[in-house]
Amino acid sequence: MFKTFSRIALAGLIAAAGVSAQAADITGAGATFVYPVMSKWSADYSKATGNKINYQSIGSGGGIAQIKAGTVDFGSSDKPLESKELQEAGLGQFPSVIGGVVPVVNIQGVAPGKIQFTGPLLAEIFLGKITKWNDPKIVAVNAGVTLPDSLITVVHRSDGSGTTFNWVNYLSKVSPEWKEKIGEGTSVQWPVGVGGKGNEGVAAYVKQIPGSIGYVELAYSLQNKMTYGAVQNAAGKFVQPSRESFQAAAASADWKNAKDFFLIITNAPGDESWPIAATNFILMYKQPKDAARSKNALAFFKWALENGKSQAEALDFVPLPDELVKQIEAYWAAEIKA
Amino acid sequence: MSTDQVLAASAAPAPQDITARRAETDRRADRAFRYLVTGAGIFVLLALAGAALSMLWGGKLAFSTFGFSFLTSTDWDAVGHKFGALVPIYGTLVTAIIAMLIAVPVSFGIALFLTEVAPPWLRTPVASAIELLAGIPSIIYGMWGLFVFVPVMSSTVIPFLNKYLGGLPLLGPLFQGPPLGIGMLTAGIVLAIMVIPFISSVMREVFLTVPTRLKESAYALGSTTWEVAWNVVLPYTRSAVIGGIFLGLGRALGETMAVTFVLGNAHHLTASLLMPGNSIAATIANEFSEADSQIYQSSLIALGFLLFIVTFVVLAIAKLMLMRLNRNEGNR
Repeated sequence: MFKTFSRIALAGLIAAAGVSAQAADITGAGATFVYPVMSKWSADYSKATGNKINYQSIGSGGGIAQIKAGTVDFGSSDKPLESKELQEAGLGQFPSVIGGVVPVVNIQGVAPGKIQFTGPLLAEIFLGKITKWNDPKIVAVNAGVTLPDSLITVVHRSDGSGTTFNWVNYLSKVSPEWKEKIGEGTSVQWPVGVGGKGNEGVAAYVKQIPGSIGYVELAYSLQNKMTYGAVQNAAGKFVQPSRESFQAAAASADWKNAKDFFLIITNAPGDESWPIAATNFILMYKQPKDAARSKNALAFFKWALENGKSQAEALDFVPLPDELVKQIEAYWAAEIKA
Repeated sequence: MSTDQVLAASAAPAPQDITARRAETDRRADRAFRYLVTGAGIFVLLALAGAALSMLWGGKLAFSTFGFSFLTSTDWDAVGHKFGALVPIYGTLVTAIIAMLIAVPVSFGIALFLTEVAPPWLRTPVASAIELLAGIPSIIYGMWGLFVFVPVMSSTVIPFLNKYLGGLPLLGPLFQGPPLGIGMLTAGIVLAIMVIPFISSVMREVFLTVPTRLKESAYALGSTTWEVAWNVVLPYTRSAVIGGIFLGLGRALGETMAVTFVLGNAHHLTASLLMPGNSIAATIANEFSEADSQIYQSSLIALGFLLFIVTFVVLAIAKLMLMRLNRNEGNR
């Protein structure tokens, strides 16, 4: 009798141990940009499968550092790593979701989407060369908009950020002067302006300071009902920031020939493309120490890329096109030994 | 224990034996106690030296790469890997000085009001209110500063300063600039509000220690309340008051979150107090998580070391001042 009991108890214990080993939380860390969609995905994934994903939004730089130190199962970065750096660290890289950075302004009497910019114009404003809203260069592309004779205050990020990376990457592509003087990175030496911490910091400053211009992710500008601007794309068309224009940018990008998906889709070609679209990238070990955990992480991303599209769209992110998802899955099969 | 046993136990050793044994245990306890408190004292020193040395070690790369120019350069370029600490050091000192210029007189007024002027029924509520102020997290001050105080600054205070002080010959440049509302003056004022509770509660405590006898004698000689405060209360409590002021100054130098919200976080060196700047603590808090190169990270740690040095120098100057004051006192 006692023996039977203990045997059942033992079996129960083993089963419990087995379950807990399988359900061990997958950990990831990195970009704050994807935090909303990551947390939505992981909550829904946990409901669907019982497996938990623990994502810490510590910033892209932190994500890269953590995955290189091997403390997390995956890292995430808004700035792709080059193949050489990936190879040295033994890492693989693939995109997860696409979003966009938009210019936001605080000018009395200007409605969202009504003010237009060209790339070089944005570069000159952020270089501090255009200082007034009624500068002839701004007026020239904004026929019919009344612009005040007030000073422009530039608002930028004070912390290092993938949002900044995509913004200055775009400015570098459209302005030789920006490229030469400032360059690109997750934080740069801003010639003018004030710095806000995080997207919410920039949004708060832009709302506080009359005559200011900043840049945030689309989701932040929509949530805070801010005045965003249209931007002229590489094809010469002025486009509004929206999921559709981000999607167009993602679709026009040449992912096929991008080794390790190293592609920054700012200034993308195509009539409909938003010029400052941003991709988030996931970093994982090609030969992980704990293959089972990496396998679980890949299962999560497979689920997210295939079944998580509506969640991404609800948060104003753009899910990856089907073709790209297929390419990513082929990359997993070929490169990541999990 | 029965009465017999107690009697037996107390009767057994001779009285001098007990004294000797007690002296022995006392000595041992004394020694253990001394080791314990010495250990506690040494622990502080070790922690301090450890923190300073590890920051120096972490900032080694920055110091060796930039040398002395790290202190004098206004560069902060993560792309070109050129870093200099002048802007954050300047911002830290200027905001702290503004804070002290406002906080010290106000705190003195509060403490004096509470100990000498206020009716007794008002003293406890006001004193508790001040202590509550000290307990508010600094991020709340930052948010209040950004959402409530900054609009007031940009719509009212800064245009006023521009108009009436901006034209002055020497001080003018300090008060010229666009009405952003965000900047060193705003940060200094928010800091002042944050340190007032610290300084005023120390002042109040020590003012209460002044013997009534002294104050009453002064009043009896015909002194006004002000004369009693200035000539009796303040000299009696001087060193403790200065201690309280430097407690507040230390807090102002190292404050991070509240300053980050209202300072503007811009690496520009400007004469105007109305323009955005940066402070050491704010720079570290903003940039550490995304510092992606070794020299960048090292420069931030080096900034931390400099904050340590700045605080140390300020405190050392305070101690020297106090010593000189005391010596003059002796000569008089």
